[in-house]
Amino acid sequence: MATSQTYSRINRFSAQRAVGRMVIYAIMVVIALLVILPLVWTFATSLRVPRDSFTLPPRWIPTDWKWSNYADVFDSVPFGTYVFNSLKVTSLIVIGQVVTCSMAAYAFARLRFPFKNALFLLLMSSLMIPVFVTIIPVFALVRAIGLVDNHASLVLPSVTSAFGVFLLRQFFMTIPTELDEAAVIDGAPPWEVFVRVIVPLGAPGIAVLAILSFNGFWNEYFRPLIFLNSFDNFTIPLGLVALRGFMGTGNIAIVAAGIMMATVPVMVVLMTMQRYLIEGIAMTGLKG
Amino acid sequence: MSGMRAMRVREALTGYLFILPTLVGFLVFALGPMLFSAYLSLHEWEIFSPPKFVGLDNFKFLPEDTRFTAGFVNTLKFVIAVVALNTTLALGAAVGLQTKMPVVLRNFFRTSYFLPVVMSMTSVAIILSFLFHKEFGIVNYYLGLVGIEKVPWLASSSYALSSVVLATVWKTFGFDMILFSAALNNVPRHFYEAAEIDGASAWQRFWRITVPQISPSLFFATVIGIISHFQVFDAAYLMTRGGPGDATRTLVMTIYEDAFGSLRLGYGSAMAMILFVIVMVLTILQFKWGQKLVHYQ
Repeated sequence: MATSQTYSRINRFSAQRAVGRMVIYAIMVVIALLVILPLVWTFATSLRVPRDSFTLPPRWIPTDWKWSNYADVFDSVPFGTYVFNSLKVTSLIVIGQVVTCSMAAYAFARLRFPFKNALFLLLMSSLMIPVFVTIIPVFALVRAIGLVDNHASLVLPSVTSAFGVFLLRQFFMTIPTELDEAAVIDGAPPWEVFVRVIVPLGAPGIAVLAILSFNGFWNEYFRPLIFLNSFDNFTIPLGLVALRGFMGTGNIAIVAAGIMMATVPVMVVLMTMQRYLIEGIAMTGLKG
Repeated sequence: MSGMRAMRVREALTGYLFILPTLVGFLVFALGPMLFSAYLSLHEWEIFSPPKFVGLDNFKFLPEDTRFTAGFVNTLKFVIAVVALNTTLALGAAVGLQTKMPVVLRNFFRTSYFLPVVMSMTSVAIILSFLFHKEFGIVNYYLGLVGIEKVPWLASSSYALSSVVLATVWKTFGFDMILFSAALNNVPRHFYEAAEIDGASAWQRFWRITVPQISPSLFFATVIGIISHFQVFDAAYLMTRGGPGDATRTLVMTIYEDAFGSLRLGYGSAMAMILFVIVMVLTILQFKWGQKLVHYQ
């Protein structure tokens, strides 16, 4: 009697659980669709005859396969130049941050020097200064040294990052100190320990910083909007907005083609490295 | 002994040398501008002539400036809505990802939720503006199928801010999901097993185990979310330019418009100071109450 009751309870439980699981799956599928469908729509629209881009009901499968929309993007705006500008600005920033942040992070994680902790805290205090708070003086500075409409106005202020120092210091502190002590006993000066021990072993952390930073600056809109004004200096985000401006709502297919070109290659690369991105976010709770 | 000292000195010198680029960057592009911004907030400045001291006039004018007050109130509403929706959605997604399922499926879900996080807000805003178009947008088309009248998503001041909220949630909930997933992975399995043996329902397990166990992450994500969404600009600027009227004007947008549109750099700096104080208070709050989360490995 008691056992049959227990059995029926277990059965009820597993039935409930199966239903519960179905509900969870259903919700997850719905959320996934809400994320993916706008992207599918963009892709399908990018291949449509422009005048049909707004036809309803929406068609989710590309019907016309009009790849010439992609070529039209280049006729409407200097898209190749935008890609080049974005690559240039972003890679200079990423290289700068990787170099300066890993050096500083090593110093803060390992070396002993007076005022180390005070300097570290001071540096970390800038984590709470939003870019929008300093943008006015930085703009005045950029203007004073004649860098308005120059890519250096975007690169120079971002060549180092307090966030990057914080992130890499966390990573470097996980490297066992025995390894650098062994190098020190061999007579290696600190910079050699950095190059031979910390950089190779801290490489995954450096990769996390590089990817977070690439993602952040590749997508940046606000500073380019303020610092750049000639068309040929635009980065991709500004270029997309310009493209939309030219097309109005009449020629969405070409705007969609521009978005696809701007988004897909980078998205594929970033998604293959999503482990690093996720690790960086989970570790610090911040994005580049 | 002198060899030891020489080594110590060399170590210290290397240390200073290694932090030098970062320190210079910090002084020139963060601390310096921060102080100059505070200075400017007490001045009137049109960039072409020297700043003129006006005391607290800029701050006194803020409450009378309807663009600023509208921007401030919109930003508050925006932050509350985005953070509430993001937390709910992200927690749901993260808990969902913990249920048993094939690895391929789990990766598919996680990747799709994370996809918008790596996209630019520019692309997202442009795409979603098309979808939210009143006449031709597919959102209204499908709502129409279930009998809902066409919603003027972007064109009406009663819906515009909600549209910007939805676009932002679409793009950013995956970020919180990552934080929550990482926290959930650290909750000891046997807590759930023990609760299950005691007959706790899934609902009870969620509220009695999951939520308390990951509360530091919930707190952290909430504060970080408030800080970052308080600085909303891209989405609102690209979808509605702050309109219709002042309906989607945000705090940062007023800074942008005053400083770079009408070249009132002193006044813009005063607004920037307000933003700074808010962010600072929130950060201190996080450090004071969120200590538990700061774990060095």
